[in-house]
Amino acid sequence: MNASRKQIASRQETGDDGARITTRDLGMCFKFGGGDLVALENVNLRVPEQEFCCIVGPSGCGKSTLLRILAGLERQTSGELQLAARDPQRPLTAMVFQEQSIFPWMTVEENIGYGLRMRGVHPRVRRQLVGHYIEKVGLARFAKAYPHQLSGGMKQRASVARAFATDPQVLLMDEPFASVDEQTRVLLQEELLRVWEANRKTVVYITHSIDEALVLGDRVLVMSARPGRLKAEIEVPLPRPRSVYELKSTPAFAELVARVWGPLRQEVLASFHALAVAS
Amino acid sequence: MTVKLQNARPSRGIRVRFLQGVGAERLVSIGSPVLLLLLWEALGRAGALDQRFFPTPSAIASTFAEVIRSGELIGHAGTSLRRIAIGFAIGAVPALLLGTLMGLSRMLRAALKPMVGVFYPIPKSAIFPLLLLIFGLGEGSKYAIVAIGVFFLVLLNTMAGVLSIEPVYLDVGKNFGAGRWKLFTTIALPGALPLIFTGFRLAWGNALILIVVAEIIGARSGIGAFIWTAWQTFQVERMYVGLVVISFIGYASFLAIDELQRWLIPWRGGRSG
Repeated sequence: MNASRKQIASRQETGDDGARITTRDLGMCFKFGGGDLVALENVNLRVPEQEFCCIVGPSGCGKSTLLRILAGLERQTSGELQLAARDPQRPLTAMVFQEQSIFPWMTVEENIGYGLRMRGVHPRVRRQLVGHYIEKVGLARFAKAYPHQLSGGMKQRASVARAFATDPQVLLMDEPFASVDEQTRVLLQEELLRVWEANRKTVVYITHSIDEALVLGDRVLVMSARPGRLKAEIEVPLPRPRSVYELKSTPAFAELVARVWGPLRQEVLASFHALAVAS
Repeated sequence: MTVKLQNARPSRGIRVRFLQGVGAERLVSIGSPVLLLLLWEALGRAGALDQRFFPTPSAIASTFAEVIRSGELIGHAGTSLRRIAIGFAIGAVPALLLGTLMGLSRMLRAALKPMVGVFYPIPKSAIFPLLLLIFGLGEGSKYAIVAIGVFFLVLLNTMAGVLSIEPVYLDVGKNFGAGRWKLFTTIALPGALPLIFTGFRLAWGNALILIVVAEIIGARSGIGAFIWTAWQTFQVERMYVGLVVISFIGYASFLAIDELQRWLIPWRGGRSG
């Protein structure tokens, strides 16, 4: 097995070719019952510094697996991953999970400060950073509240703040707003854009919503049905800062939706048929 | 035809009725035991209850006052409580550690679960003669039986508690760079705490039963021995006093455990997801 996870410690502002994340023929294969389940195959991903990169794909295409590999929670079974670590003081990645992932046994501020605490950040600095981000996501009034007192949207806000607070070099987001209602989602998206535009860190954002991918991303990658491969790439030349609702009513947006839907449609159908055959 | 609009009113009505309901409920829950005691007393005095088996509450109360004044009862109750507390500590501490480790490690679980499964169902009172043989008639055998009873309940509940933690929390910990020790202290332990407390409650109840059994079989002091001596001398009122004391100890300690739980787990009720 030639899987490896490389961290290039480079002093240059941009790495070998300005890429923050590079994968070469990345593959992931799970032992499943007696046989093998190929989740990812020959994924060649390249995410430049400061890019907001969105990945869309049908259910079960391995999007989340790819993100978990980038986060270091799983290890690929073939291929190579390079994450350019330019600043040893900052964590390489921080992930925002799809499901409710803030700890029920910690208050909102303890949750947001968790990553900082794990990195041994001085309590005084920690308090400052937590205060800053808790304000940014509008949870200052709920600093001392426990998660069971919060709505789903507020929990995800805390989760986003927790990831931003550690100032990671790469932010990984796995359908973070999938389980909140439509109106709240729009608010959360605008909030995310606002926080992100303040320092433009590199983001890999997984979603199954074309709208969301186009609203947020600089670039949208379409993944194929299982085994997941990167199938198409659509640049999103929409100007920033963006306003979620206004953007969606522009002709340029509609045209982009069509361009993503084209390649995605076949894959959704393919995964739909695969499911139908399986059941 | 007129259309009647009803705002606010119905909801207020419901609230008032609700308050009445709570008040009535409390009255009933205080009143019903009092009523039962009164009925018991009345039946006793009327001669409908055999005084040899069912002495009247007033007779039990006066015996109660007597043994309290003599210091006899406090001594026995204190002895039993001390035995429970020491036995509980001896059983619960290793159970907590081992239970957490078994929750975290698949291998350890595979290695120990069958043994736990075989030993757990044995009624602990059945082991007591063996424990008497090993530890003698002194305090050792009392601590041992309580410790064994406590051990399994805390172990199994702690393990279940750790296993019930959503995997995503451990992923978050790893992603934010938490090492093994931090994963243990910031996620595994607090996450398992609600079920650990369930284990504590069950174990405490079990410890009460076991200590009384142990004291009846082989002790000269403690509440169990107090009841047994009363039986041997046919002092039925004293037997009832012993029962009342056990009931009170149980009730008071469960209230204390609940309070401790509220204090240690203020986030309870939020385990959805």
